Amino acid sequence: MINNNENNVDVLDLKALSKIYVSNERELTVLNDINFTIKKGETVAIVGPSGSGKTTLLGLCAGLDKASSGTVKLYGSNLGSLNEDERALLRNKNVGFIFQNFQLIPTLTALENVTIPLELQGASQVKEKALELLDRVGLMDRSSHYPNQLSGGEQQRVSLARAFSNEPKLLFADEPTGNLDGETGDKIEQLLFDLNKEKDTTLIIVTHDMELAGRTDRVIKLKSGKIVSDTLNK
Amino acid sequence: MNWKFLFRIALADAKTQWGKLFLFISSIVLGIAALVAINSFNDNIVKDIDRQSASILGADIVVSGNKSLPANLSPALNAIPGQKASEYELLSMAYIPKNEGSQFVRIKALEGNFPFYGKLITQPETASKDFKANGTVLADKAFMRQFSLEPGDKIKLGDEDFIIEGRLMNNLGAGNLASGFAPIIYIPFDKLESTNLVQPGSMIDYAYYHQVPKEFDANLWKEENKQAFRQESMRINTIDDQRENLNEAFNSLNSFLNLVALVSLLLGCIGVASSVFIYVKNKISSIAIFRCLGMKSNEAFVIYFLQILVLGILGSVIGAVLGSAVQLFLPKVFGEFLPFQVVTELSWPSIIQGLSLGLIITVLFALIPLLEIRKISPLRTLRSNFSEEGTGTRDPLVWMCYLAIIVALSIFLYSLTGSILNAAIFIVGILLAFFVLYLVSQLIIRLVRKFFPRHWSFVLRQGLANLYRPNNQTQILLVSLGLGTTILSTLFIVQSLILENVNAMDAGAQPNMILFGIETNQMHDLKNKTKSFDMPIVEEVPIVTMRIEGWKGRTKKEWLADTTANVRRWAANRETRVTYRDTLDSSEKLIAGEFVGNIENPGDSIFISLDEGYAENLNIGLGDEMVFNVQGMLLTTYVSSFREIEFASMRTRFFVLFPRGVLENAPQFQVLVTKAPNEDVMTKYRTEVVKAFPNVSVVDLSSILTTLNDILKKISYAVQFMAGFSILTGLIVLLSSLILSKFQRVRESVLLRTLGASRSQILKINATEYLLIGVLAAFTGILISILASWLVVNFQLDFEYKIRWMPILLVFLFIVLMTLFIGLWTTRDVVNKSPLETLRKDIQ
Ligand SMILES: Nc1ncnc2c1ncn2[C@@H]1O[C@H](COP(=O)(O)OP(=O)(O)OP(=O)(O)O)[C@@H](O)[C@H]1O
Ligand SMILES: [Mg+2]
Repeated sequence: MINNNENNVDVLDLKALSKIYVSNERELTVLNDINFTIKKGETVAIVGPSGSGKTTLLGLCAGLDKASSGTVKLYGSNLGSLNEDERALLRNKNVGFIFQNFQLIPTLTALENVTIPLELQGASQVKEKALELLDRVGLMDRSSHYPNQLSGGEQQRVSLARAFSNEPKLLFADEPTGNLDGETGDKIEQLLFDLNKEKDTTLIIVTHDMELAGRTDRVIKLKSGKIVSDTLNK
Repeated sequence: MNWKFLFRIALADAKTQWGKLFLFISSIVLGIAALVAINSFNDNIVKDIDRQSASILGADIVVSGNKSLPANLSPALNAIPGQKASEYELLSMAYIPKNEGSQFVRIKALEGNFPFYGKLITQPETASKDFKANGTVLADKAFMRQFSLEPGDKIKLGDEDFIIEGRLMNNLGAGNLASGFAPIIYIPFDKLESTNLVQPGSMIDYAYYHQVPKEFDANLWKEENKQAFRQESMRINTIDDQRENLNEAFNSLNSFLNLVALVSLLLGCIGVASSVFIYVKNKISSIAIFRCLGMKSNEAFVIYFLQILVLGILGSVIGAVLGSAVQLFLPKVFGEFLPFQVVTELSWPSIIQGLSLGLIITVLFALIPLLEIRKISPLRTLRSNFSEEGTGTRDPLVWMCYLAIIVALSIFLYSLTGSILNAAIFIVGILLAFFVLYLVSQLIIRLVRKFFPRHWSFVLRQGLANLYRPNNQTQILLVSLGLGTTILSTLFIVQSLILENVNAMDAGAQPNMILFGIETNQMHDLKNKTKSFDMPIVEEVPIVTMRIEGWKGRTKKEWLADTTANVRRWAANRETRVTYRDTLDSSEKLIAGEFVGNIENPGDSIFISLDEGYAENLNIGLGDEMVFNVQGMLLTTYVSSFREIEFASMRTRFFVLFPRGVLENAPQFQVLVTKAPNEDVMTKYRTEVVKAFPNVSVVDLSSILTTLNDILKKISYAVQFMAGFSILTGLIVLLSSLILSKFQRVRESVLLRTLGASRSQILKINATEYLLIGVLAAFTGILISILASWLVVNFQLDFEYKIRWMPILLVFLFIVLMTLFIGLWTTRDVVNKSPLETLRKDIQ
């Protein structure tokens, strides 16, 4: 599938991005000189072996962490020059995030977890919208359950619904189908791509699933913190 | 069980989180440090005040009587170890050549190193030592002022001329406080004979002073020998007897220090328990993982029990060291502000208590959650991020832990207060407070849930909902904060009431002059004269002297002959000075029976009121008959009430009080009590009064008041200091428990942050929750403390309870602001650190 690129706004622009962790006085370069640009409406898969830095990269892109060097521009704003509050606002307005390990708030019910981004925006009819989203991920009847009462896959779907709830223009998904069986996984994938089609949401998906990667416009391959290939799916 | 392996795991697990461990330990450290420091201070202040009260008497044991020691008693007296001194006291006329004056004085001839405690304060200072060597005398300062005497002037006692070495500023020794008003002159013992005042038949009081080593029990000695000495009309006084004279002030101090000790105990518990509880809670998921990997529940139990044991021991030891250090060094810092020397000695009882409490409470509080873990299946534990209500509470072992905590606390309380009843009352009180706070927290959770304001803004709703969400801290915070507020505010309230009360005893405000022997017809002029000096008439009382003829149908002789009746000779034999009034005055309190103020008709039965202790000495009960001899006329009366007389007030004390309508026409003289603003006025007033009314004797109480004032001041400072110190440490302990609990909210705040919550939104959510908890805890705690302080004041201190809003308001504001501050302060990290880092770190 080829996206029409008539709209040439850069959603995400990375320049010479590096991330170095220092622990026990040893430097560990997790990301090394990463450069790429992502356009509006694009769907991108980031693949690579475990430990290659995918989650770290996603975190940097979403402004959840600070780069050691280089710049990340999200919708034209340089994340490095924003303070934490400004980044939070930017996230809330534009970005959805699906974590590899769900990161649901354990003391809130599934429904409450989904409503948070809407509530933070000060939206109206929060509950209805959240219930509709839960319905779409097939968890309508589990809305009042707490995360620890849900299976791993169910938790993942809640986190998906939460990510959709503020209708983000840009969605980061860290292995969104990792815990799901084929059928549910397909459903979730469909949801993601529908969102892309309907709302022109830009998708950045980390995955080990080559089939899923095959459905995106573009595949970026990471290895030991470096981009080894950046190809368009024809 | 593979102990080596378990040890290794326990250590490895601890290693990964020194930072957190430090925080947990610090709460134990602070709790125990508070306990040790407060109790050490307490110990030392008690010692200091003990020494102070010893200085009123000047010795540990004083034996006195109006004859020299009979031979049969000397073995008993000689058996007392330690230093001895003796004193002869006689009333005599002193002649002052300088202005040809004369005055009745009490001559005291001293042999030996009296006083053993405190000292004779003289002007010049060296006079107290020099007069013995120089063969000179010390004279009462008021007496010297009255006759315009200066050191170096002459005074004649009996046949001997003396030079005055210095002014005597204070008043020590046998029965001085509020008795014997003639001014004192100290002379060296070897000069007594040459005065020729000691003649057969002259009235001499003998006093034998003893200082005993610490291990000697003076009170026991008194108990054993009382009977024999009484047979010979000799009295024994110990420091404890002396202290009873300042009963109220000392009682207040003692009860207060008991309360402070209790507070320190609770603070220690709160510090230790909160830290251990939260530590174990945070470990549940790790324990579950160990279990899943095939570890037996006992082994998992051992690993964490070991960790906590080490934590508890370490924390308690550091706490004890810190507490002792604070106690040793703080007085050096504040020394200049304190009007007295605080003794700084290591208090081993406090240290041992701190260590054992730290250990016991750590173990017991750790056991409760750890025992519950044994019951939960590994899978379940792994799933739940919070323990669900009801699990494991039916485990008998858990209940035994609760019981053991109560028992341990009771034992500590008993060792602190020395009274089983007090310990029991305190324990029940604490449990009740605990229960009430728990109920309030449950109520709040229900109410918030039921009447949840759905239309409020998101942050407010979120903050409110935090109160009832799973894993909420409403209960634990409300209980620990509420309990903390209760004890601090109780302490604060009681402290301010005690201070008010002790200050009311302020010697500076007490009357300082008593005028005796006033004829009834002089009273009018004397009052006018007093008023012309702008001095108040504090008290004017008529005095009728009478003798006791007999009581309860037996004569006095019969009573005294009956050795089984336990009647005190001094009480029966004394010439009784009686007054009549229709009301009780402010220094008196009715403790039994009914006070009758008026006798309407001359023929009616006469109802009198007795001092309680006096009645006890005569073996008289309510309703008993008592016959008095008033100048040859016999009066039959009935005892209708007992009074208690506040000793520290400088009023004339009447053991027997008659109603109006009986003694009005009996021969009597008047007493007037007044207060001169300063020494100049006192001198001038005295001179004029003595000139105009030669028969009136004027007694100056200022040297007695100086001693009294000194003690009251110390008591009030001791109370203030201990209260301030305890409240401060209490706040620190509460603060550290609060910080611990707040840890749990951090992760949630970080997640909110990643979802785009702004700094102010997160702050508002936390502020709402903590403000509510703070307000509720402080409010409930204060309500309980009002009740608690009322109980303490009524049943321990025995004075009127008044609510003081100022301390209450202060405590309220402080607790609320502190809670709010902690709530917001701990979100600091969330706002400043990158979310991904925190999220990774907290993945468990
Ligand atoms: N705080 C840290 N300190 C040191 N190293 C870290 C830290 N956080 C992550 N790393 C390391 O960075 C590397 C990249 O981690 P990242 O989570 O991005 O991998 P990933 O590609 O998402 O792997 P996976 O597919 O298993 O999720 C890993 O080797 C990890 O150990
Ligand atoms: Mg990853």
